[in-house]
Amino acid sequence: MEIKEIVLPGELIAEKKGRKAGRGTYFEGEKVFAGVLGIPRVDENEISVMPLSGVYTPSIEDKVVGIIQGVEISGWTVGINSPYLAFLPLSEGVSEFVDTQRTDISRFFDINDIISCKISKVTKNKTIQVSMRSIGSRKLYGGITIKVTPTKIPRIIGKGGSMISLIKEKTGCEIIAGQNGIVWMRGERKDKAIEAIMTIERESHTIGLTEKIEKLLGEVV
Amino acid sequence: MSETGEKLIIDGKRLDGREPEQLRPIQMEVKIINRANGSSLVNFGGTHAIASVHGPRALFPRWMQESDTGILRCRYNMAPFSVEDRKSPGPDRRSVEISKVARLAIEPAIFLEDFPKATIDVFIEVLQADGSTRVTGINAASLALADAGVPMRDLVTACSVGKIDGVLVADLNGKEDNNSEVDMALAMLSTKKKITLLQMDGSVNKEELMILLNLAEKSCEKIYEIQKKVLKEKYKRI
Repeated sequence: MEIKEIVLPGELIAEKKGRKAGRGTYFEGEKVFAGVLGIPRVDENEISVMPLSGVYTPSIEDKVVGIIQGVEISGWTVGINSPYLAFLPLSEGVSEFVDTQRTDISRFFDINDIISCKISKVTKNKTIQVSMRSIGSRKLYGGITIKVTPTKIPRIIGKGGSMISLIKEKTGCEIIAGQNGIVWMRGERKDKAIEAIMTIERESHTIGLTEKIEKLLGEVV
Repeated sequence: MSETGEKLIIDGKRLDGREPEQLRPIQMEVKIINRANGSSLVNFGGTHAIASVHGPRALFPRWMQESDTGILRCRYNMAPFSVEDRKSPGPDRRSVEISKVARLAIEPAIFLEDFPKATIDVFIEVLQADGSTRVTGINAASLALADAGVPMRDLVTACSVGKIDGVLVADLNGKEDNNSEVDMALAMLSTKKKITLLQMDGSVNKEELMILLNLAEKSCEKIYEIQKKVLKEKYKRI
């Protein structure tokens, strides 16, 4: 099986030549080096490295799956599988008017509830705010969550969502893959879905993965 | 010559049959601990060290947090069964010092400023000690950090050099370490060739020191090639 090239931290990727040193890289003078273990990508205007492991670092507009960790007076703290807790303000979580003086807001979201939301604010010192005011954000009832390496989520989703819709279609599960590496799923054949996702996570850097997953899921139909 | 009068170099060869500049057989492995973000096992002959990396993760207690940068915490520990006479478990003066120098050796390689308020924890456990444990530990830690996907400028490579029976040698083992005239530990950023750790005891003149530094650099290059191979192989494996 063909395997993509891998770079280690400190390895020279390419000359800069006016291009941007993107994610997972750093530059010294005209030379761009890898800043993390991963797969390098050299484009016309950007040089970047897709990491193969690592924790999730939140960035704005990311769709994530979060787990409520605490209920405050006017919002919730949300665990998003990163070194930092996110905050979900009341106004970003519920659309109706809530009188905080009289209401216990745990009736909307309580500890251990799972939500899908979007990162709305990230400050320089990593104070993070999430919002549920976007399309697709909602509370997720039932189901289970699994954690995968966040950097592999794009591979699980696939180009234009091709891979995830393949899994959804073949297993009949509802699946939401957050960019933070938490995948929520609900359905009868979630064991197969988990197997497929784990296979993708393990072999994300190999070529010809879609066929392999198709085969793996094809057997059960 | 050792304290008992035993010769450490016979016919230009060391007691374990090595040439003066030859390293011991080196074995490296990554991803050996499932619960850690990154981990590695490094063997330099009879010295075996395991390193595991946890994080970047939230740092508590809160007063330890730095609002503009992350911190690196490093623990070097020798297992009670790692040496001939049982070592009493827990930190002692020596391991506290080595924890610190290991941290200082690794720190320049990591982009800690990417993780304000967080911590990266590195645990180095020496399972079996036969000289040069700190450099083995640093090599293991560096591999584990790369395995954990921590953003780094470079891999850190370390090795020991020294002088026994008047001969300049690389990678001292336990016996040579105990009876050496000079014993030097060195860690460097592998591709940048910048030294992050340099410790020495004994005395040398300037010429010998320069030779030792060169020898250390050459040895580090060899070790770096192995580190590189191990990491690439691991991620290639299906």
